[in-house]
Amino acid sequence: MSRVYSEKVMDHFTNPRNVGEIENPSGVGEVGNPVCGDIMRLYIQVEDGVIKDCKFKTFGCGAAIATSSMVTELVRGKTIEEALQITNKAVAEALDGLPAQKMHCSNLAADALHKAIEDYRNKNKKVS
Amino acid sequence: MRRVYLDHSATTPVRPEVLEAMLPFLKEDALGNPSTIYSYGREAKKALDEAREKVAYLIGARPEEVFFTSGGTEADNLALIGTAAANEKKGRHIITSSIEHHAVLHTAQYLMRQGFKVTFLPVTPEGLVRVEDVEEAITDETILISVMHVNNEVGTIQPIKEIGHLARERGIIFHTDAVQSVGKIPVDVDELNVDLLSASAHKIYGPKGVGCLYIRKGTRITPILHGGGQERKRRPGTENMPGIVGFGRAAELAGKELPHEMKRLQALRDKLIDGILERIEDVQVNGDRENRVATNANFSFRYVEGESLLLSLDMKGICASSGSACTSGSLDPSHVLLAMGIPHEVAHGSVRMTLGRDNTEADIDYVLEVMPEIVTRLRAMSPLYNK
Repeated sequence: MSRVYSEKVMDHFTNPRNVGEIENPSGVGEVGNPVCGDIMRLYIQVEDGVIKDCKFKTFGCGAAIATSSMVTELVRGKTIEEALQITNKAVAEALDGLPAQKMHCSNLAADALHKAIEDYRNKNKKVS
Repeated sequence: MRRVYLDHSATTPVRPEVLEAMLPFLKEDALGNPSTIYSYGREAKKALDEAREKVAYLIGARPEEVFFTSGGTEADNLALIGTAAANEKKGRHIITSSIEHHAVLHTAQYLMRQGFKVTFLPVTPEGLVRVEDVEEAITDETILISVMHVNNEVGTIQPIKEIGHLARERGIIFHTDAVQSVGKIPVDVDELNVDLLSASAHKIYGPKGVGCLYIRKGTRITPILHGGGQERKRRPGTENMPGIVGFGRAAELAGKELPHEMKRLQALRDKLIDGILERIEDVQVNGDRENRVATNANFSFRYVEGESLLLSLDMKGICASSGSACTSGSLDPSHVLLAMGIPHEVAHGSVRMTLGRDNTEADIDYVLEVMPEIVTRLRAMSPLYNK
C-alpha cells in the first residue's frame, strides 16, 4: 500500500514534523470533521508578522498526516503574507504529489493554515 | 522483516497441491475442451466431472447442481438476476440484507432500476439479521430472499437455516452468498434449506477467476450469459479448465482440513482479540463474538483512522484491511459497520484481520507486540485524543 504514496509522503507520515500543540498560540485553525474521517488542527505562533512556530494535530489517513506535517514546514519563518500564498497545490507538490483521490487532504492542510491566519487576524483586531 | 498476512478474507494464496493439479491444464492437457469428442476432450470432461463432484461434496450438493462461474460475483449476479427474470410473473419483490457484499447489494440496486422492489433488512448492533425481520418483510409479491452466510467484514454467521426454513414454508427461492463460509465452517445445502448458494475458489487457496453457483434441482433460473450449451445451458462459455480443476482440489483439501483448521484458527483468533483488548484502551470488537467465523477479527481503535493504521502495520510487514472511507476510495466508511449502528468516526478507525492456514502463534505474538506502539503513536497525533 505504501507504494501508492511517494517516498516523501511516507517520510512525513513516519516522521511527522512539528506534531503537538502551542500554548497560547497566536492563531488556531481547525478543518474537517470526524464523520468524514479527517480532522486537522493547526497552531501558529506569530512574532512581528512572521510565523515563528507552527504545530499540528491530525486525525486522518496517511496523506492527511503527511500534508499537515509538510504545511508546518512550509510556513515556518514565513511572513503572514507569504504564508497566505501557500496553496494546496504547493503542499502536494512539496510532497512529490498525492494520489488523485487524496488531493482533498492537501486542501485541508491549506485550509487549516488559512483558518489559523484568519483566527490570528481576528484576535489582533480585537486588541487594537 | 517478518511478514504476516492477515487478509485471508480478501484472498488467499494458491496452495502448492492446487497449483500442481492445475498445471497440466495449462500445459500438455490445455487442448482439452470438454465439449469435443477426441481423447483430449474426453479427459478434460472427466477432470471437469471430478472437480464438480469435489465441490458438490464440500457443500453437500449433487454434482449436477453445481454450475461453475467466473467467481463469486458472477454467481451472485446469476442468482439474483436469473431468479428475478425467471420468476417476475409471480412477483417483483426481493428481500436482502443491508450488510451484503457489493456483488449482491449492487445487483439488487440494479434490479430496483429494472422495476423490482427490494427490501434491505437492518441488522442488530452485533451484525446479525433477525429472522423476524425477514418474516415481516415477506409479501405475496416476494420471489427471492438473499442473505449472506458469513459476513466478509465482521465475520458474523447469519441464521441461514432458519431463514431458509421460512422461505421454504412460503415457497420463496432462497439464495445465500457463501463465499466467506465455504471451507471455513461446515456448509450443507440441505441442512441450510438453501436453493441457491454462491462460492468462490480464491478464498479457499484456489485460483482467482473461478467460483460456482449451486442451483437446487427444480429452481427456476434464467441464464444471464448467452452462447453455447455448457454448464447445462445455465452458464455458457468454454470451461476454465485449470481454474475449475484447481477449485476442485482446493475444495477437497478444505473439506478434509476444516475440522482441525477451524479449531486451530479459532484459538489464534481469540488470542488476537483478547490480546488486543488487554493491551490497548478504547478498542471495540465489531461483530458478534459467538456467531462468528473462526478466521475473523474486526476492531475499531478510537481516535485514530484506519488507513493510518494499515500503513503503519504495512511498515511492520503486517497486511490487514480497513472499513475506513480512505481505503475504499469513497467518502463513506464501511456500509456494514454503519448498518450495525457504529458511528462514522468509530467506523473510520476499524481494522479487519482475517486469519488463514499460513498463520502461526508467533504471528499473533508479533501483532500483539507492535500494535500498541502503532496506536499510541497515532493517538499522540490525534486532536480527538485527550489523555
